[in-house]
Amino acid sequence: MISLLQEILSTIRRNKMRTFLTGFAVAWGIFMLIVLLGAGNGLKNGFTSNWGDELVNVVMVFGGRTNVPYAGLPSKRQIVLYNQDVDFAETEFSGEVGFATARTNLGSKNISFGAEYINSSVYGATADIMMINGLKLDEGRFINYPDLKEKRKTTVLSKKAVEILFKGAQAIGKHVNIDGNMYLVTGIYHVENRQDQTTAYIPLTTSQAIYSMGHRVSNMAFTLSEKIDNLEGSNDFIHRYKNRVGQFKQISPNDNGALWYWNRFENYLQMAGVSRFINIAVWIIGIFTLLSGIVGVSNIMLVTVRERTREFGIRKAIGASPASILRLVVIESIIITTIFGYIGLVCGVGITELMSGMFGKSAGSAGISMNVFVNPTVDLNVAIQATVLLIVAGTMAGFFPALKAVRIKTITALNSK
Amino acid sequence: MIRLENINKTYYTGTPLHVLKGIDLHIEKGEFVSIMGASGSGKSTLLNILGILDTYDTGKYYLNGTFIDNLTETRSSSYRNKLIGFVFQSFNLISFKNALENVALPLYYQKVGRRTRNKIALEYLDKLGLKEWAHHMPAELSGGQKQRVAIARALITKPHMILADEPTGALDSKTSLEVIKILRDINREGMTMIIVTHESGIANKTDKIIHLSDGVIDRIEKNTHKKKSSPDSEIK
Repeated sequence: MISLLQEILSTIRRNKMRTFLTGFAVAWGIFMLIVLLGAGNGLKNGFTSNWGDELVNVVMVFGGRTNVPYAGLPSKRQIVLYNQDVDFAETEFSGEVGFATARTNLGSKNISFGAEYINSSVYGATADIMMINGLKLDEGRFINYPDLKEKRKTTVLSKKAVEILFKGAQAIGKHVNIDGNMYLVTGIYHVENRQDQTTAYIPLTTSQAIYSMGHRVSNMAFTLSEKIDNLEGSNDFIHRYKNRVGQFKQISPNDNGALWYWNRFENYLQMAGVSRFINIAVWIIGIFTLLSGIVGVSNIMLVTVRERTREFGIRKAIGASPASILRLVVIESIIITTIFGYIGLVCGVGITELMSGMFGKSAGSAGISMNVFVNPTVDLNVAIQATVLLIVAGTMAGFFPALKAVRIKTITALNSK
Repeated sequence: MIRLENINKTYYTGTPLHVLKGIDLHIEKGEFVSIMGASGSGKSTLLNILGILDTYDTGKYYLNGTFIDNLTETRSSSYRNKLIGFVFQSFNLISFKNALENVALPLYYQKVGRRTRNKIALEYLDKLGLKEWAHHMPAELSGGQKQRVAIARALITKPHMILADEPTGALDSKTSLEVIKILRDINREGMTMIIVTHESGIANKTDKIIHLSDGVIDRIEKNTHKKKSSPDSEIK
């Protein structure tokens, strides 16, 4: 075996260009495969990560204006949502609604602590909003039942807002000024992949009391039960809800402007569709890249082996058995493809890591960060499998022409040009 | 040592070409034999059959008492490696191996370790006056030097016979004389030597000349002038 390796290394050393070209085809194939798969994965991950940890089976309802007169009531009537609409959804559709909640949108307010201030959206909410909007609690607690019941002036701030206002100092237990009222900071949250968010939450009932909203809410949201797990089901539910709430609020069944619905499930499915498309595209690109690599390597091996027919004839004339020549070609192919495949693998992984560092996140404006590229890397197993496949293909591509070459009569091989 | 009985060979490329027609031949150990004939007379085919580089269709071939027929490629290679040394007109050196590696290669197929085979190869190169050229590539050697490397490679396994196909065909007359002198010296040490040539000057320096014509042995001529014509004399 040592002799065989010495023989192969001597051949490789003396045929640098041939070795380099064969190896380059392998390395390039693997490199391109990993970079393309990595880029595709990064794009896909970036796209899906923008969805964050928000619940997907959520329907949000917003009040609007009627555009059809109904039951003696005129059109252009403002439809307002109240706290009892939340209870109505939960009681009337108890088997289909998981939980319902509402919030008040107080608009953009000044939030200050000492000399530091920010201008940010403020919402009146319940604890349920955490799940619906995918908020992750870093410290303290979120809005709880006593806060709502006693209309406490408490607030939950985002991590980013705390960084700006408190400059690293302890925030929990301190009071911040929101639009002229002092609120006790009870919790700090963040939203995955939306690090720049500064939205502040106060108890729903507190917001209604301070801003004289009575029982009015800006919008409500409810989760659908697990039974409704497809778009048709959720659309059907919205249709039935709309009819039922229409009776309750005296809205014509044909009125599409009185209440607005946002079916997050539909958005989720659209996103899942795009994600699936990216996934398929990435794999098609990957497979074709791999195929082109295999064809490239096979071509070079084919030409290389054909060029060596005379050499094989000489070797056979002086005593080489066909098996020994085959062994020589196959092991030489394995050595070249493995070494260069590994180089391609390392370079590919290096570039994807570089991409990950450089384009890992891309910030947008207005406090909303958009992830274009997230974790643009390839599963190591996929990379190794692809490398092994290319090595096997390269070896096969050398083996079959070599088999043909050693089957040629020695004298014919000797006389080949 | 070599016995051919009614050997026939036909090439089937388009029109069948019957190149050897019932060849009967007997060559003793230690003989220096030349095979002469016009182009297409079948002399190279005969040499290739003797060297187990090619097969014959009918007849019998005995080499050292072994019946050579229907051998597997592995078996043929083994016989060639142990019993036969080849010298070709076009040298057939491996271009990416230096002189030393080319000479040592047959020993690689006898599973001799690299250090040992290189040592032996250097000794053979030294015998042929090429020690200084051991690490040169074939492209850096003259025709005569290449042929001497090929002779060293043929000798390294201590074969029973050397088959040379037009060994001086690509050489000038002075170099041809040098090469034929080397072959004659090797023969004097007891090696059976069979060369194919179309040069009568070369053939005259052998013990026996086999004249082939159109696939049959026309005549076998014992060279009685051997002693008169020294290997140093000019080739005609």
